[in-house]
This record gives sequence, C-alpha cells and structure tokens, in this order.
Amino acid sequence: MNVYLPIAEISVNVLLLLGLGTGVGMMSGVFGVGGGFLMTPLLMFLGIPAPVAVGTEANQIVASSVSGALAHFRRGNVDIKMGLVLLIGGILGSTLGVALFKLLRSLGQIDIAIKLAYVVFLGIIGGLMLVESLRSIQRKRRPAGPRRKLHEHHWFHGLPFKIRFRRSKLYISALLPLAVGFFVGVLAAIMGVGGGFIMVPAMIYILGMPTSVVIGTSLFQIVFVTANVTFLQAYQNQTVDLLLGLLLMVGGVLGAQVGTRVGARLPGERLRFLLAAMVLAVCGKLLIDLVSAPSDAFSLAVAGGH
Amino acid sequence: MARLRLTVLFALSLLFAAPAAAQPLVADLSDHLVKITLGFEGSEVLLFGAVEGGGDVVVVVYGPPENITVRRKEKTAGIIWMNRDEMVFAKAPAFYQVMATRPIGDWLPDALRERHQIGPQYLSLKLAPGQTAASPDETRLFRDALIRRKQILGHYSESVGTVAMLSARLFRTGVRFPTNVPTGAYTVEVFLIDKGEVVSAQTTPLYISKVGVLAEIFHFAHAYAALYGILAIVLAVLAGLGANAIFRKT
Repeated sequence: MNVYLPIAEISVNVLLLLGLGTGVGMMSGVFGVGGGFLMTPLLMFLGIPAPVAVGTEANQIVASSVSGALAHFRRGNVDIKMGLVLLIGGILGSTLGVALFKLLRSLGQIDIAIKLAYVVFLGIIGGLMLVESLRSIQRKRRPAGPRRKLHEHHWFHGLPFKIRFRRSKLYISALLPLAVGFFVGVLAAIMGVGGGFIMVPAMIYILGMPTSVVIGTSLFQIVFVTANVTFLQAYQNQTVDLLLGLLLMVGGVLGAQVGTRVGARLPGERLRFLLAAMVLAVCGKLLIDLVSAPSDAFSLAVAGGH
Repeated sequence: MARLRLTVLFALSLLFAAPAAAQPLVADLSDHLVKITLGFEGSEVLLFGAVEGGGDVVVVVYGPPENITVRRKEKTAGIIWMNRDEMVFAKAPAFYQVMATRPIGDWLPDALRERHQIGPQYLSLKLAPGQTAASPDETRLFRDALIRRKQILGHYSESVGTVAMLSARLFRTGVRFPTNVPTGAYTVEVFLIDKGEVVSAQTTPLYISKVGVLAEIFHFAHAYAALYGILAIVLAVLAGLGANAIFRKT
C-alpha cells in the first residue's frame, strides 16, 4: 500500500513508514533517546530528499518529546532557569542552522554536510558510550577502583556573567549553557535531530548538572528548539511534509510505549552497550558512503527549486 | 473500460471522418489531465489517431522546462567524495519520451532527428547564461551525465516499436508516466514521417498535477508557509499529548 507524499514528492509504502516509526520509537523508548539520529538517515536511505527528511523529522521530535517533557515538568525535574538560558542559545543556534542549511543546499553541499556531521558526532558519542559501558560492565565484576572526583574545575568555570541555578545547585557563567544550547541548536537544524545525545553528556560533564534534572531540562529545551526548526524549515525552505510527519508520529508513539516497557526489564549497561553499537553502525554506514567511490560521480538537482 | 470503449469509438469515427477532412494526421489523448492523488502509482495515457497515406508515426512527449544543475563528485582531501564542479543547463525538459512505430535509428535521418529533437541524445541542451565556459569535452561530459541520470530516474526514455498500427491508418500507443513524474504542463508532439520527411505534425497539451488533498497540502505549504509551520507544530504537540493521554488510561 503506497502513499504519495505531497512535499517529498515520492511514493512510499505506508506500512514501511509506520514500521520505521514504530521501530525507531521502540528504540527511543528502550534507550531513552529521541531517535532522530536514526530516523533522519533511514529516511534518506529510503530516498526521501535530505532537506525533507531533516525538516519533517524535527516536526516528529516535537511530538515524541512533548509528553516526556510535560511528565518531567510535573515531577519538578526541569530546571526552568537553566532550560531558558539553554533555549535562548538553542533558538539562536537553530535559526542560524536553518540559514546555513539553505546556503549549503544552494551550493550543493548539504548532503555531505549532513553526512559529515553525523559521522563526526555519532562516532564521538558512540565511541565514548561504548568505552563507558564496557568499563561499567567490568566494574560490576570487579567492584574495587578509584573514586571519581565529585567536582572538577576547568578553565570555563572562570568565565564572567555568573548566574545561580538553584534547581541544579550550580553557580556558573551563563555563557556556558548559552554556548551549549547554541551548538546543539545548530546541529538540530542541520542534522534533523533533537540533540539529546549531545545535550545530555554536555549537561553532565560540562555544566555539571545533577542527573535528576538533566533529562527533563534537555527534553524541555528540545521541544522548543525542534519546534523552532520545524517552523523555520517550513517557512524558509518548505521542506516539512505533514503527511510523512503524521505517519512517523503514529508509528513513533506506539513504538515508544512498547519500548519503555521492554527497556525497564533490561540491565542499564547492556542497554548502553547496545545503543553504542547501533550508533556506531549508522556512523560506519555513512562513513563508507563518504569515502567509497560513487557508482556515478554525477548527480542532478533542479536549480533554484520549483 | 468504458473510457477505452469510448476512445475506440472516437478513433473509429476519426477513421471515417479523416478522408473527408483530407488531413494527413489526426491524433488525440484519452485524457489531457493526469491527476496525482494520494494513491498515485504512475499512470498511462492513451494516444491514438489516424494517418492518411503511408509513413511512420513518431511521438515525442516533453515535460515542463526547468534549469537543471549537474554536479560532479571528486575525491577531496584524499578521502572524501564531494561535489566540486557543476553546470546548469537552462530549460531542459523535466520529462522526455520518444515512441515510434519502428526502431528510429534504422531509418530516421540524423538531420531530421536533430531538427525535431527526436531521441534523448538529440535534445538541444544549452548551458544557462553567466557560466564560465568549460571545454567542449567537459560540457559534453556533463550533458551526457544529465541524460544518463534522467534515464536512470525514468524521466528520459526512448522506446521504439511501441506505437502500434491497428490497421493501415489507425494507430495507438500508451504514454506511461512513472510515480516520480515531474508535475506541470506537458506537450505531446506527433509526427508523420514518410521517406525521411515530416509529412505532418500535431501538438497536443497535457497537464500533470497534484489534485485533492495533495494539491491542497502542497499549496498551503508554499502559499502560507508560516501558517503551515505553526500548524505542523500544533499537530505534533496534539499528537504527542493525545498519545500520552490514551496510553495512561489503558
């Protein structure tokens, strides 16, 4: 059963899209990540134009993260002040990202920019996660080992404009979360992801936020940043496909419900190891695409759009 | 089926009307509008007509003209393949298809093919103005790449022997459009060629456009882009919250 997508302008199998949404939704339920970093490349592998994949996936992430953000908000797991500072950076970053996206697209370099961004960030994050999960699996077997320092002091803790973030029990420069938010915003716009997989480690290791508020605050900012990306991609590039988005959302919410239940039964380190392996697999596939000689070096594009 | 019967009836009436009108070539399409709907899986339009006297029928279908950028990937920085050189061809047909009663190469003179652009290789593809001139060999390479990529996409094709002569005077053929067919205004040119000369020619318009929900979504996305963006966000928020509410109850 095929459906013709109005913006992507191709015919795709409905069941395949629903299945993809469910599968990625399940994984995001199991691992507690957004899944954009898997969905966007998969949509591109399906033949959906990269700009439409990125714009539409941002739209789907709004749907998949809004209920989680609200749940964390109700439980008081959102540092609103921190979230707002991150958000200012995020809005600026994603706006710049969408503009950059448009520029790269007109230069014919958008595909390679997206792929390179994926290879670099998936490689780093996947590698770090793999090492960390292997270590913690080993630690479980041999409980002895040096204790980590509670707080490490780096050069960036000396930056000006210090603000007190009560909920996170932090007194740090506002420039720090602004920069983190900005950086993740740019990536969200270009890669069609929520950016949780970069935001969460950055909050823990760079900002030093307590883990109890990290997920909630990250989701809070992701909802608004992906909403901004959705709006700008629709407004400036007309690359948000409502029909595609809707199909992905239906699959995604179903999958996430199943995934959360499955995830609760699996041990944490094993989960992180599996996720790391998956992230590295996607990274590897994209890397091979980039470095292997194409079957045809030539490609076509309609100049100046329709 | 009813449409086909009507078409055949019409074709038969042409057959009897033709001698009186003394027109060497009469042709028409079973439909002048190809509708792209949600379930669109390609479409076929019937082209039929009658000829007076002998000759071969050649049909050329042109899609709307567009500026097409051809890019070439090169190995960069020693490892990565990225787009480097590009050429823009002005007003290249988005779609192009040739059909004929018999293999064209055997009997159609080159000069004629060039004049009437019969066959993808004979398309007059011109570089868009304002580009730094490359060597003729380079340009030829990019031009061939455009045709090759379009052929792989299923947008350019040459299928010979597909125009069927039903009798000495009646002919018919199916013009097939794939799912990824470009939308816009098409023209269908029908030539009657005898002894290496075009005896008669006829041009018929054809439109391919999205209709119904698809057309509305597309129009909305382009004409009210800001509103469309806001609607997309609202829908996503509602979908997320709605799903949450449903699953919490059960």
